[in-house]
Amino acid sequence: MNGSPNMSSRPNPILSAPRWLQIGIVVMALLAVAPPIIAALDQAFWLDVFTRMLILAIAAASLNLILGFGGMVSFGHAAFLGIGAYCVGIPAYYDVYGGFLHIGFAVFFSALYALITGAISLRTKGVHFIMITMAFGQMMFFGFVSLEEYGGDDGLIIYERSNFNGLIDLYDDTTFYYVCLISLAVVLFIINRLVNSRFGMVVKGAKSNERRMGALGHPTYRYRLTAYVVSGAICGYAGALLGNFTEFISPEMMDWTRSGELIFMVVLGGTATIFGPVYGVLAFLVIEEVLSSITTYWHLIFGLLLVLVVLFVRGGIAGLLRGWFSRKKGAV
Amino acid sequence: MALMQIRDLNKSFGGVHATAHVNLEVTEGEVHAIIGPNGAGKTTLISQLSGELLPDSGEILFAGRNITKLPMHARSHMGLARSFQITSVFQDMTMLENVALAIQAHQGHSFRFWKPSAKDASLTGPAMEYLAQVGLEDKANSIANAVSHGEHRQLEIAMALATEPKLLLLDEPMAGMGQEESSRMVEILGKLKGSKTMLLIEHDMDAVFALADRISVLVYGAIIATDTPDAIRSNEEVKRAYLGEEAA
Amino acid sequence: MDASLVITQLLNGMQLGVLLFLVCAGLTLVFGIMDFINLAHGSFYMIGAYVCGTVTALTDSFLIGVLLGIPLTLAVGYLTELTVIRRLYQRDHLDHVLATFGLILIFDTGVHLIWGAGGMAIPLPGWLDSQIRPAENIVIPTYRVAIILVGLAVAAGLYYVVTKTRIGMLIRAGASNRTMVEALGIDIKKLFTLVFAAGAAIAGLAGMMISPITEASIGMGNEIIIIALVVIIIGGVGSIKGAFIGALIVGLIDTLGRSYLDQFLKLFISAENAETAAPAISAMLVYILMAIVLAVRPQGLFPPKVR
Repeated sequence: MNGSPNMSSRPNPILSAPRWLQIGIVVMALLAVAPPIIAALDQAFWLDVFTRMLILAIAAASLNLILGFGGMVSFGHAAFLGIGAYCVGIPAYYDVYGGFLHIGFAVFFSALYALITGAISLRTKGVHFIMITMAFGQMMFFGFVSLEEYGGDDGLIIYERSNFNGLIDLYDDTTFYYVCLISLAVVLFIINRLVNSRFGMVVKGAKSNERRMGALGHPTYRYRLTAYVVSGAICGYAGALLGNFTEFISPEMMDWTRSGELIFMVVLGGTATIFGPVYGVLAFLVIEEVLSSITTYWHLIFGLLLVLVVLFVRGGIAGLLRGWFSRKKGAV
Repeated sequence: MALMQIRDLNKSFGGVHATAHVNLEVTEGEVHAIIGPNGAGKTTLISQLSGELLPDSGEILFAGRNITKLPMHARSHMGLARSFQITSVFQDMTMLENVALAIQAHQGHSFRFWKPSAKDASLTGPAMEYLAQVGLEDKANSIANAVSHGEHRQLEIAMALATEPKLLLLDEPMAGMGQEESSRMVEILGKLKGSKTMLLIEHDMDAVFALADRISVLVYGAIIATDTPDAIRSNEEVKRAYLGEEAA
Repeated sequence: MDASLVITQLLNGMQLGVLLFLVCAGLTLVFGIMDFINLAHGSFYMIGAYVCGTVTALTDSFLIGVLLGIPLTLAVGYLTELTVIRRLYQRDHLDHVLATFGLILIFDTGVHLIWGAGGMAIPLPGWLDSQIRPAENIVIPTYRVAIILVGLAVAAGLYYVVTKTRIGMLIRAGASNRTMVEALGIDIKKLFTLVFAAGAAIAGLAGMMISPITEASIGMGNEIIIIALVVIIIGGVGSIKGAFIGALIVGLIDTLGRSYLDQFLKLFISAENAETAAPAISAMLVYILMAIVLAVRPQGLFPPKVR
């Protein structure tokens, strides 16, 4: 920040951005340069890990929108990942590989499922809401398990990834990585705008004090349902990416334990923050990789970690970072 | 002109008749206070007026319309605003954001997804004005859970005012306040006298007698007297109801 | 329709219902009284099965396996409450859900460590492994009847305790008004611990009873917890009566649905479509039921009276 009298009066946007945004941008930049570094170190395996991380970060960000900002603890969010993935898998089963079609289906059907289940679930709150979303998620799981035609319990293998007519080649791992990274950046930007808009204020207000919102005149149900649908649609998109990535789609993707993992990622990273989901998924996957290489029983340590985090760590990683780097309360 | 009419309102919880055949009229422009010993059913009454509780029987008319079964947010849009006895604000947001949410509720729908509301002058401008009206303009950017109890109560009033109500339902605005804070609150409410109709529930007798045009006394769910402050002060039945509690 | 098959399926439905009730009883009470959602409740179901299996193998007696298994599972429940659960009562539900999810991981891996990844078969003792023939072509496994009888006995016992004893009164009061119970000077912490541990033991009993039929396995807890949640949503959270009736309804509908839905559908749509749709729909049947109950009566069928 030069004091030169010839500089324009607008402050430097990067240097004067709030701390959380600076850190987040740095992390995204690091993620952007990861592929060449990984290639140079000849650790292709890690490209896979990071790609998966990006996809799950999109899913976690969508969950954070309703859980972190909106206080709606959805324990069935993995269902959207599954729906999105099957929207790639089922057309592929019929030799339909159009990428835009896949994405269109993924977003549409996820939004539809969100609309229907959300309309019912959001009439409840607190624990009831948690249990009902869990039950709906499991309903989808069992529904797909019994669809023998599409593999049922055994799952569905896809033999070709989504085809974007030469625009993007999803077979190139690096291209796929950048598709996911750019998608994540766009999603984070959209969510940032959403939560700071009037719409976002209503959703946040409903989390903070639902009763007061009603007394003030806000009909909160319709806004929460909208947030739920948006969240579902974004997660469905992530599901489409996931289906392409794993090339194997199974009902397991929708199991309630997967929803639990998503929630853990969001909480670990710090709820109600923009980059929290990124940190949370990163930490989760790194821990998973490290622990599983130490012992087959790493789930035990994982579970222990989870219990300890819940008991003792408030605010998650984002909170920790905020605390380390600045004393001011974070912007978001 | 009666802005609000409560007709034969009843509400029971199990065996307790919390609201018993209440009849009350609030004239436009007046400050009407409701007093009564603890347990008289004041909060139950106000909850039925604001829409949180449904009465068992009876009617509530507001500006001529029957609002007995109308949901809370609809009553707010009709011009009824409520402040809460136990502070009920948005603790994790700034004072400005709190008031802005109140204003936003009455500016059409909130399906606006793009523009940051913090930069929306049509929200922040009026929000600052209402904060100033209750003397909180210096605290606009303070997080709500970091201010004093008295400032919380002032915020409650600001938020209620920000919805531009015809009738303010004030549930013990002075609750938990010390002498100095109470005087400031009386001053704030005093300035609103005449321009805003108020139905005020209070224990603080100094405030009540300073502000009220009329007082109704609620005992065991029933109104035993409605009259001017002086008349109430000398009413024998009222004195008895308080069993020695000072009524003056 | 084959009468023998219908009776068998009805009994299967009742058996499932009764077992579900045993799992749900503890879950709904913990929920109703401590406002605590315990996803790891299914783990006690699993632990009961494994502990019983080991004791049965050691003593060569299923009966001893069950009789010792119950207090052992109670102990696990007690320890869990002492170390983790009681620190979370004041927290919000998200924390409950995450912490108990972590517990599930710990219990699952713990079982894996101790008993290995494979399931554990528990042999049925001879005296239970017979059939009853009430009529010419109706054959009912004795064990099925035994399960139903034990389940009904526990239900009756719980009913007695909850409605006729002092502890039961405290439990009922606690379900609707915790502050009042505390005001009465009752050590609420001990009450909570008791309810939690007892619920765990009863869930463990259910696990013990089912495992001779289906084998004890690591995933069994995770599978049962979701249905259990559906049952208490349908029945009304916090209500034993709701859990009982809800469990029976779910047990019967799930069992009968799987057996007869395709025939039922064939009345309305083509046989081919019915055969494809039936498995999917019957798998989702109880959830659809839950959604309907929620739409019509969100507090459940028999919610406890509130204050």
